[in-house]
Amino acid sequence: MSAIASSLPETRGAWKLPSRGKVGMACLIFAESAIFTIFVVAYLFYIGKSLTGPTPREVLETPIFYTICLLSSSLTIHFAAKFLERGRRGAFLLLWLLTITLGGLFLYGTGVEWHRLIYEHGLTISTNLFGTTYYSLVGLHASHVIAGLSMLSIVLIFGLAGRVGPEHSGRVDVLSMYWHFVDVVWIVVFTVVYVIGR
Amino acid sequence: MSSDALTIQATEAAGQPWTQTLHGWVTTVDHKRLGVLYIAYALFFLVIGGIEATIIRIQLMYPHNNFVSPQVFNRMFTMHGTTMIFFVAMPVLFGFANYLVPLMIGARDMAFPRLNAFSFWLTAFGGLLLYFSFFGGNGLYGAGTAPDVGWWAYAPLASRAFSPGHSSDYWTISLLASGFGSIGTAINIIATIICMRCPGMKLSRMPLFAWLNLVMSGMVLLAITPLSAAQIMLLVDRYLGGHFFDTQAGGSATLWMHFFWIFGHPEVYVLIIPCFAFVSEIVPVFSRKPIFGYPVMVGATVCIAFVSLSVWAHHMFTIGMNAYANSFFTITTMVVGIPTGIKIFNWLGTMWGGKIQFKTPMLFCIGFLFQFLIAGLTGIMLSAAPFDWQLSGSYFVVAHFHYVIVGGILFALFGAFYYWYPKITGRMLNESLGKLHFWLFLIGFHLTFDLMHIPGLLGMPRRIYTYEPGRGWDTLNFLVTIGAFVQGVAILVFVANMIISYFKGAEAGNDPWDAWTLEWSVSSPPPEYNFAAIPTVASRRPLWDLKHPEDPDSRYE
Repeated sequence: MSAIASSLPETRGAWKLPSRGKVGMACLIFAESAIFTIFVVAYLFYIGKSLTGPTPREVLETPIFYTICLLSSSLTIHFAAKFLERGRRGAFLLLWLLTITLGGLFLYGTGVEWHRLIYEHGLTISTNLFGTTYYSLVGLHASHVIAGLSMLSIVLIFGLAGRVGPEHSGRVDVLSMYWHFVDVVWIVVFTVVYVIGR
Repeated sequence: MSSDALTIQATEAAGQPWTQTLHGWVTTVDHKRLGVLYIAYALFFLVIGGIEATIIRIQLMYPHNNFVSPQVFNRMFTMHGTTMIFFVAMPVLFGFANYLVPLMIGARDMAFPRLNAFSFWLTAFGGLLLYFSFFGGNGLYGAGTAPDVGWWAYAPLASRAFSPGHSSDYWTISLLASGFGSIGTAINIIATIICMRCPGMKLSRMPLFAWLNLVMSGMVLLAITPLSAAQIMLLVDRYLGGHFFDTQAGGSATLWMHFFWIFGHPEVYVLIIPCFAFVSEIVPVFSRKPIFGYPVMVGATVCIAFVSLSVWAHHMFTIGMNAYANSFFTITTMVVGIPTGIKIFNWLGTMWGGKIQFKTPMLFCIGFLFQFLIAGLTGIMLSAAPFDWQLSGSYFVVAHFHYVIVGGILFALFGAFYYWYPKITGRMLNESLGKLHFWLFLIGFHLTFDLMHIPGLLGMPRRIYTYEPGRGWDTLNFLVTIGAFVQGVAILVFVANMIISYFKGAEAGNDPWDAWTLEWSVSSPPPEYNFAAIPTVASRRPLWDLKHPEDPDSRYE
């Protein structure tokens, strides 16, 4: 009744569809990009519109070292996923740990910068438009880094317990897509905040 | 001993205890049950939103009426708009998509069943939060309960200074929660359609219903997210002292309007595209012809999706944009009419020369065709910036978008209810009650919304809680309210029909309409696993192939 035999059956083996994890993550990235776009537009729209100081030129310092940390973590997670696929668990765990460390370093850098801005320059989210847009945009990105780091850490814990093998490489790839997205967003945020916005 | 055993068996035969049934529904991850939950939830809020509309209409029935206070009136139109868009239209369309997409593409469930349940409950809690504002919105300020800033919450109305207490926060957070729910469901629908199709179900063979819901979900990802982002900014402004929309600190009230309408206009298409999907399934079956121009329908839908993302500022002609922006948004808005017109002609082409059966689902679809056309025509009128300068913020606009939402979306939805109710419950809806529902609703709808254009043209503004007598609006407003009551009675007939037919309706069988898509190949209601064996399809109408092995569609592909 529910089995529909067609008059022209196709070869079943040839029927292959994309992985739902990857498609789902791609959709999430698509949606998140739209959220970031709105925040980036707001940032660009409000450049130079603050009525009081401090201005970006006075207080912002370009975080080159921490940017290198975050961007290189994209490489480490890529190779970690490759090693997992080939079944080399030790190399996978080492690179995975390195990814988390690099991400953590970046987050630390953001923390240091915010601390300096708040305590030395008195710039908070309510000081002026620059403060509002800066903390919102950078904070939105940092919250994505935190979310990414939490998921990476869960995989690390399972990995250390010996529960992550080559059979999970598809899922690790999905996570690595998200991490690449977080890195790419940082390139945009970096350009907008530290290059165009100063 | 033996009698005990017999008793246990008897209880099992009578069904589970209600606690277990409830537990089953609350913890379900089955796409069909979640679909039904979405639909039931939306119908509940349809009644609430309808009551709010009735309160608005009673207040406006006579000049100088004192049925409700101005404050309550503001809350009513804010809650009516927010409820109808976010907690009726969105969930009911997601409900149908949830229920039908896996069945139509030959899958056993959605791609992410648990995400599906999570999304539903996010939406559900969003609605509860919005209505909890009636109790909790007051805060310590004595500042009024439910949100009263209009469904678009323009700055600076929604700022701390003008909206003290928590009413706007309930609005913000409930829309954030339901927005994340919508994004989750959209991701799920896309992943399901791309990754879960049964063998042979190429993209070019998918039912148009699946195609259109795929496009709708893509639009949700792009359209709901700006609203979520803007809501986060509003929360930053209200709670952390930010200045995004604070003009006194250099912020811009206009930016909020842009962000809101970048969401707001595509949202209309997010709602109407699934209704196109209903019509594209119902019209062919009751015309006894395959859909006319399938690839063009898909292309037109994708076209609508793209163009509709660049029309938003036609809601903002009166704020004083420059001539280039006005021209751009006028032209893009008019361009949307082209793919939409293509669709209307394709449905007419499907009906042309067909053996049309005027059953209730088809009646609602024909009503949809005519009314959506008129709604589109007033839309073209409003897209011309000078015309809009005259009538923006008047009842003409209210009449226009209710023509889209009630005359278009709701009519198509009712058609969908009559068409798929047998699949969902296993019983047919009563045909005479259905016809009564159709004609009553049609008369009420036209009485209300045809006439509503005229006070708008005569200058009656939106959102006023009362008006002076003798401006030529009195009789019209009275008749508009009478029309609202006729629609209310029609809805009662519909609800009665659903309840009576659930218990006493004729058995539907698998395929009561002699239709051609896969959901009609399984029992009504479908088993939990949908398909005992995953089907293989070779054409766009797999059931036609099955019923007519001598002349299958697949021969012509």
